Amino acid sequence: MIAEFGAFLAAVALIASLAQGALGIYAREDARRAAAAKACAEIASVAMAGAFILLITLFVRSDFTVAVVFNNSHTDKPLIYKIAGAWGNHEGSMLLWCLVSAMFGLAMAHAHGNMSRGLWTRALGVQGWVSAGALIYTLVLSNPFARLDPAPFQGQSLNPLLQDPALALHPPMLYLGYVGLSAPFSLALAALIEGKVDEAWARALRPWTLAAWTCLTFGITLGSYWAYYELGWGGWWFWDPVENASFMPWLAATALVHSAIVTERRGSLAGWTILLAIIGFSLALLGTFLVRSGVLTSVHAFAVDPRRGVAVLVLIALAAGSGLTLYGLRAPMLQRATGFTAISREGLLVLNNLGLAVAAGVVLVGTLYPLAVEAVTGRLISVGPPFFNLAFAPFVGAVLLAMPLAPLLAWRRGDPKQALRPLWVAAGVAAATFVLVLIFGRKAWAAIGIGVGAWLVMGVASYLWVRWGRGGKRTLGRFFALPLAVWALTLAHLGAGVFVIGALTETNFRTERAFELNPGQTVAFANRRVTLLEVVDVRGPNYRAARANFRIEGVQARALSAERRVYDAGGAPTTEVGIAPSLTSDLYIALGEPSRGANAGAWIVRLYHNPAVHLIFGGAALIGLGGFVGLAALARRKRTALAPEAAPAQP
Amino acid sequence: MKALILALVAAAALTPEQESRAHKLEQEIRCVVCQNAPLSESTADMAGDMRALIRERIAAGDSDGEIRGFFRARYGDFVLLRPVFEPQTWLLWGAPGLLLLGGLMALFALRRRGEPVPDAEPDDR
Repeated sequence: MIAEFGAFLAAVALIASLAQGALGIYAREDARRAAAAKACAEIASVAMAGAFILLITLFVRSDFTVAVVFNNSHTDKPLIYKIAGAWGNHEGSMLLWCLVSAMFGLAMAHAHGNMSRGLWTRALGVQGWVSAGALIYTLVLSNPFARLDPAPFQGQSLNPLLQDPALALHPPMLYLGYVGLSAPFSLALAALIEGKVDEAWARALRPWTLAAWTCLTFGITLGSYWAYYELGWGGWWFWDPVENASFMPWLAATALVHSAIVTERRGSLAGWTILLAIIGFSLALLGTFLVRSGVLTSVHAFAVDPRRGVAVLVLIALAAGSGLTLYGLRAPMLQRATGFTAISREGLLVLNNLGLAVAAGVVLVGTLYPLAVEAVTGRLISVGPPFFNLAFAPFVGAVLLAMPLAPLLAWRRGDPKQALRPLWVAAGVAAATFVLVLIFGRKAWAAIGIGVGAWLVMGVASYLWVRWGRGGKRTLGRFFALPLAVWALTLAHLGAGVFVIGALTETNFRTERAFELNPGQTVAFANRRVTLLEVVDVRGPNYRAARANFRIEGVQARALSAERRVYDAGGAPTTEVGIAPSLTSDLYIALGEPSRGANAGAWIVRLYHNPAVHLIFGGAALIGLGGFVGLAALARRKRTALAPEAAPAQP
Repeated sequence: MKALILALVAAAALTPEQESRAHKLEQEIRCVVCQNAPLSESTADMAGDMRALIRERIAAGDSDGEIRGFFRARYGDFVLLRPVFEPQTWLLWGAPGLLLLGGLMALFALRRRGEPVPDAEPDDR
């Protein structure tokens, strides 16, 4: 009964979303229709929440009469992974997609600010169509509530690689980001339908964009961290098509976050911002397609039904097609605001957008190229990390070089000399870093990259210094009274610098080696002595494992263990790496296979020394934190703007 | 397993300069039995064999291009993570330049519409 009721609630949500779509688009200035559209959004979100809770209930109760539970759950699985199993599969994750879309609809229905009713209801309407499209797809082609007959006794369990805390959180975060981009998309289409944008519209755009971008940032970071410690390969980014699928919308959203600032505060670039919002959401849909269609062979591609791929392609074509057609028809009508020179804050933000858009395009071409070649010629080619590193780096590098300068320039017409003056310290530190890395590291690319990282970190410090000194003495009180928006920029840009330093240091100076070790044997590695003490069999809740215990001496003496697990439900063995973190690096141990033949009793052990790896994830987390603080800044500004006595202080 | 030991033995025979060449090649050649991993990341036996082969060829005096060609002849284009520059991949390698050109043209189109540029405004944030 639970499954049938879940499907019923999802169908209710579909009908409510369709009504929301129709009412929203045709409400115009009619207050009653607008209120009805709002009510539909409320019904849809409540129904979707109910449906999703019922799906989780089915997983918790291990109801194997339901196909998706049978395929992805097991009675032995810990409770948290039973719950996470609800979205760790194709059908459930699509239901999550619909839930998030409906929730964004609900939030948009209640947060219209001062937007004209026409823009607001139409945005709500477009959001209704987005939810409806996703729900039709889910209910027709990947119904999570489908039953099995006869019902099996035991489930097939969740892919062991996915039984991990970071991976329990990764999909919801990523989906919040993906689907969150539907809100800017809806606002953009509403503006195109209305043929106008207003200040309140531009204000409304920013929090949605920032929220989606922040979730995407955290979602990708979690996924990358998971890849680092779970796959046991020592790396954190592989330019895998599935990673690219989430990275492309992130690049577009990063550009959108910045262009939305210009549109809101200066009134310019409205057309470009709208275009980016359409592209961003289309890339998010494309990401869903690439991951879910099965065109890519990877751990993520659970869907094998080609109809699903075709259906998602149709959804992408509808979203991108309607968006771009409307854009072509209506963009020239959008009001144009005052211009700006190339050397101004707008000018540099345009450069940022150009660089990020081209970078996203490069990733898109590189990801799809092998598919295209195979489709046209039947030949298989690979486009891997060497291409991406080469083609991607120059554009992002240009964006990063300009990054410290932009916040120091005035709007419209900047004075480059004045803006560059506070940056000479940063330039000096960057040059010194470059030289030092070149001398001691002997790698030119590493020296350039780490130098750029130093430029970013010092550049943000210079910005903070300038901002602190503006309009008075640099007192401690004034430091802590700096607006939240300043801290948001500081954190996000600092995070970028920290990330660049970490990424370049790790990829250029990491060392790795495989050893064949007998228990009791000691090897020297990266200024440490590593001893394999013993390998013991251990039993987990739903797996058996060989656990190798190590002793590390030297730089950082401690005990460490690494496991090789075989889950009861079957599948290839997985690694549970041992990581000894220190302030500057990780010592990372992955246990391989036992040796056979002459050397029986020995084990293959892979040792990695990953310097500065914390800066990679720490930097990415700082970027996300910057987004979070930015949201707080926007929320506070809204409150200040609403309070009548504070109105003149509004920036 | 044997391959891995072979690889370790062969590794000892290379000069540091050859070692770094081998390492670079391992990142550019795909493990043919893995889902999506370069040789440098893979733990598969097959990848161990292929790594050993790279070191063998380097020790025998082959150039990087010859080694890539050797693997390409054996396993096809698929094995190269850095696609070769040929008619089939012109568009791929040209994409960054074309995209940049397109972006710049869009920018100039935007600017040509000629918007009045007022004086600088003080930052208000």
